[in-house]
Amino acid sequence: MSTTPEFGILALAALGLLLVASLIGELLQSRLSPEGEHPEVEAYMSRIHSWWGMALLLGLAGLFGRTGLIVLFALISFAALREFLSLTAKRRADHWALVTAFFVILPVQYVLVWMDWYGMYSIFVPVYAFLFLPIVSVLRGDTDRFLMRVAETQWGLMICVFAGSHIPALLALPIEGFEGRNLLLVIFLVLVVQLADVMSYVAGKVFGRRPLAAGLSPSRTREGFFVATLAGGVIGAGLSWMTPFGLAGSAALGLVVAALGLMGGLVLSAIKRDKGVRDWGHLMAGHGGFIDRLDGVVFAAPVFFHLVRYGWT
Amino acid sequence: MLKGWVAWIAGEAIVMFARLLTAVRGVWSGTGPTRRQRVYFANHTSNGDFVLVWAVLPPALRYRTRPVAAADYWLTSPLRAFAGRDVFRAVLIDRNPEVREDDPVSQMITALDEGSSLILFPEGKRNMGDDPALPFKSGLYHVARNRPEIDLVPAWIENMNHVIPKGEIMPVPLLCSVRFGDAIHLRQGEDKATFLERARTALVALSEEGGA
Repeated sequence: MSTTPEFGILALAALGLLLVASLIGELLQSRLSPEGEHPEVEAYMSRIHSWWGMALLLGLAGLFGRTGLIVLFALISFAALREFLSLTAKRRADHWALVTAFFVILPVQYVLVWMDWYGMYSIFVPVYAFLFLPIVSVLRGDTDRFLMRVAETQWGLMICVFAGSHIPALLALPIEGFEGRNLLLVIFLVLVVQLADVMSYVAGKVFGRRPLAAGLSPSRTREGFFVATLAGGVIGAGLSWMTPFGLAGSAALGLVVAALGLMGGLVLSAIKRDKGVRDWGHLMAGHGGFIDRLDGVVFAAPVFFHLVRYGWT
Repeated sequence: MLKGWVAWIAGEAIVMFARLLTAVRGVWSGTGPTRRQRVYFANHTSNGDFVLVWAVLPPALRYRTRPVAAADYWLTSPLRAFAGRDVFRAVLIDRNPEVREDDPVSQMITALDEGSSLILFPEGKRNMGDDPALPFKSGLYHVARNRPEIDLVPAWIENMNHVIPKGEIMPVPLLCSVRFGDAIHLRQGEDKATFLERARTALVALSEEGGA
């Protein structure tokens, strides 16, 4: 699938950008934070590291084509769901519902995506899993915090499995004149969301005044959000050469995806706060978990998927 | 010889499986993982508990660290007996004082005198209730009294009760951690009840350091 010139350009550009970003990070670190005492530099470095990881994984899985990417995202879903359900309310009565979520619902969803059975993978988690898993739990007869238990499990499935699976689902969208290049849609989504995330951080530092959600996060400000959303539109427009959306379409999708990604990050950090943890997991020391790294991308994926599907197929 | 190899491979495979399933992480918030001889005492909610403690110990320490486990569970089938005796090299104690021939405390002391470290579950059985830990049995006290120089290190196992609850076979993959606290020792003139309560408090305190 990597036969078109766009991939070569992108791969080189990504490599160059990451090298420059890493170099800047190393310089900043040796100047300001040789002992890891400067939190902003450390946060920047951990982002760079996870981007290297993402770029390498995407590239590697891309070599194996659509199936490779679907397997990659299924594994990421698994790791993310494990982080999510480690924190949710559960009792012994939910044991088989949880086993089913991991070993039946998750693989079936990705097989449906692989089969490109749109009608089924769009409703499998929100309809079938939603109605079936509470049945598995209720048969054990334990009603203590029942609604909380089934609702939180369903939330984990919706984010980590349903929303996440819409990223590889982009690979099968039949867009006329764009055949064989669908991986660029995934790259568009990931790039816009990640860059908007950085922009909101930087813009929040520079002219952030009013918090976006007072009491949750002082580093996320309204000013940062608006600047980053606009930046998403600009970045989207800048990437229009590699999309089938046209200039206006790319800008509009960039705006939407950036705004959703930022809000997704906010929603998921509210859940972390509610559960009393700082990170979702411990993927690598100091880097948080899979959900910490991918929250915005996953949150924006289903809407991006549907907009592209209705607008361009 | 062959049995030894099979046991070693089985042990490594079980540790790798536990890691894949739970991404288990050791948090040394009191003492570090050193070669000092120790009794790790942990909360008990699942039969997979000591595998997690085992998995987070560095390999050099792992093979000198033996779980203390119930003979009435581990000797009921040939497969369990192989796992208990050869793979985990458990110190198998008889929980029934009426019929037992060996005294559990002297078995543990023998193992310590041979140079092993121990993993002990002083609650005596798996905790199914909502309390963080059941009252401790007296074994830990007797070990502390007979071998006062040995470090007693509390180890709080987080989340394993949800991975394989009692009576279930199929595990749910959830993140687990083992949090090790500061070593404690029997104090001069401390009586049994006070010591056991202090040990239990030290263990439960680790659970409240929070954050999986």
